[in-house]
Amino acid sequence: MKRIFKTAATTALITAASLSHASLSDDKVKIGVLGDMGGVYSDITGQGSIEAVQMAVDDFGGKVLGKPIEVVSADTQLKPDIGSTIARQWIENEQVDVISGAVASSVTGAVTKIMSDAKKITLIAAPASHAFTTSGCSPYNAHWSYDVVSLANGTVQPMVAGGAKKWFFVTADYGFGHALESVATGVIEANGGEVVGGVRAPLGTSDFSSYILQAQSSGADVIALANTGSDMVNALKTAAEFGVTEMADVAGLLVFTPNAQALDPEIAGGMKLTTGFYWDMDEQTREWSKRYMARMDGKLPSMAQAGAYSSVMHYLNAVEAVGTDDSDAVMAKMKETPVEDFFSRNGYLRIDGRMVHDMLQVRIKNADERSDANDIFAIEKVIKGEDAFLKLEDGGCEFALNQK
Amino acid sequence: MATFFDINLFALFGQLLIGLINGSFYALLALGLAIIFGLLKIINFSQGALYMLGAFAAWIALNYLGISYWWALILVPLAVGAFGIVIERTLIRPIANEDHLYSLLLTFGIALILQGLFTHWYGSSGLSYAMPEALKGGTRLPFMYLPNYRAWIIVFSLLVCACTWFMIEKTRLGAYLRAGTENAQLMQAFGINVPLLVTLTYGFGVGLAGLAGVLAAPIYTVSPDMGSNILIVVFAIVVIGGMGSIGGAIITGLAMGIVEGLTKYFYPEASNTVIFLVMVLVLLIKPAGLFGKEA
Repeated sequence: MKRIFKTAATTALITAASLSHASLSDDKVKIGVLGDMGGVYSDITGQGSIEAVQMAVDDFGGKVLGKPIEVVSADTQLKPDIGSTIARQWIENEQVDVISGAVASSVTGAVTKIMSDAKKITLIAAPASHAFTTSGCSPYNAHWSYDVVSLANGTVQPMVAGGAKKWFFVTADYGFGHALESVATGVIEANGGEVVGGVRAPLGTSDFSSYILQAQSSGADVIALANTGSDMVNALKTAAEFGVTEMADVAGLLVFTPNAQALDPEIAGGMKLTTGFYWDMDEQTREWSKRYMARMDGKLPSMAQAGAYSSVMHYLNAVEAVGTDDSDAVMAKMKETPVEDFFSRNGYLRIDGRMVHDMLQVRIKNADERSDANDIFAIEKVIKGEDAFLKLEDGGCEFALNQK
Repeated sequence: MATFFDINLFALFGQLLIGLINGSFYALLALGLAIIFGLLKIINFSQGALYMLGAFAAWIALNYLGISYWWALILVPLAVGAFGIVIERTLIRPIANEDHLYSLLLTFGIALILQGLFTHWYGSSGLSYAMPEALKGGTRLPFMYLPNYRAWIIVFSLLVCACTWFMIEKTRLGAYLRAGTENAQLMQAFGINVPLLVTLTYGFGVGLAGLAGVLAAPIYTVSPDMGSNILIVVFAIVVIGGMGSIGGAIITGLAMGIVEGLTKYFYPEASNTVIFLVMVLVLLIKPAGLFGKEA
């Protein structure tokens, strides 16, 4: 009896939903932007991510299905507990429909869990861990800009294939660094290289000279920096100072454009790295980036910020197309529509939530190649999305594999 | 087997030398803190932020005003010291007779404000300061490559530490100062302007942080959080050395640099906790610190 009632109720609901055309919960779409506003990642996310999302909303016309789009934002301070509290409050009290951003893999892990339980979509634009589309995947995750696998494939694989067989890791001693190191190690070994040593440096280490010295005495061909932000900058500076860069290659595994801009070209010139986006790639990227920079006092967009725009735009298009902000329907539409814009080339949102798109292998320009302060990368190669990201079958995302 | 052993020994020497370099940095920063605490009884939590301010001031001086590294080495500590004097006169002085906790909270607040302002102005990615021409390059020692700049840090900061120690412990001015903090009323009765002495001392201690900032600029990223990363370590060093002991701060700074260097060699994961471990042990065995006088 109970079951019949349930079925009847569901049928009634579905009919009701399909009857009313443009059905938005509480008559608006509310986008919550979670970011790091004042910490180490504030340059690559922060205000820039909020501005990018707002820009997407403005470009969309400020309204979807005739109803207003609202953007709210908050600072997680890179703490998972704060991130979860905000996410919960947004869902329960403030009718937020979708969260964009969420910085640092630890915070994102906590936020996506809450969002998935509430059947709400998270547009993950900044974090690196590939867990959100593998072991920790969810039908409500959309991981946009890049992940550790695409970085390792883009940067490490060609170097090993090019003859750099012996590797030494300087790894940030927390989740992201460990993930990056283990994925990169897999790529090195699969291509016939070996890892001759490594050190785990605590996050926020200011002096890397001891580690660089150990790297030097290991006899490695390449010193891989599995860290990011100022840790990466400091490690690279120290390597140059101790003359290591003349004897071995240094590979920065996660370098955001603003970080690369902060590096002295004399030290960093020639270094190869992988990125999901570069402002000066073609007409389309330049057009978007110039508009972004006009809103951001001339600051260059990072791939996390550009990815935030792209993912929000794709989300809004899907809402418009299906005529509702119901997460399941919107997500189905997002996965069915190709992602083709200034940010993403040959892109599509895979069933496990991974947005597969072409990645760029770039080289940091030397001082004499640069036309101005924003001229940072030379694009060496476009890596096809299929080659850059982990295959669906290898990811182990259960719901996606079952659905397939 | 012998070669294997040799290489290890070489690597160890390398780490010891690097420990000494970092240690001289710690010594310089700890010295500033120790002076301010030892003589003025102010727990200056803004010392890290002022170190950051020194590095930024050097960067601003070079990039906007064309002031070279060598001039910055003189001018920036003076500027940071002057800034410290303003803070001392306007903010710290009014609460000088309150509990130590007040000055701790006040200076901590100042540090947060400074850090926030510089993040707002310059972003969190950090800036890079060009190495002065004369100190580029390095020397190849049997066991490691020693960049000239690192050698310069050891020599210069030890010199500054030694001069400061001498000035406070051995000169007449230092004697006034020590006496003034011991019994201000009596000293004032002798015609010594104690408040002025206190202000200048605070300015000097803060200037040392600015100087360390200039020294750090060419080798570390000039970023708003550079000070907060190092401050806690430096505090631990001051505690180990004995709160307020000038010589103790210098020697402990060097020693802890070496301890940290050795840890980075044997067990890198513990490198940022080893100093605190030492601190705990020292506090358990000798609560006043290695060189402190028992209260």
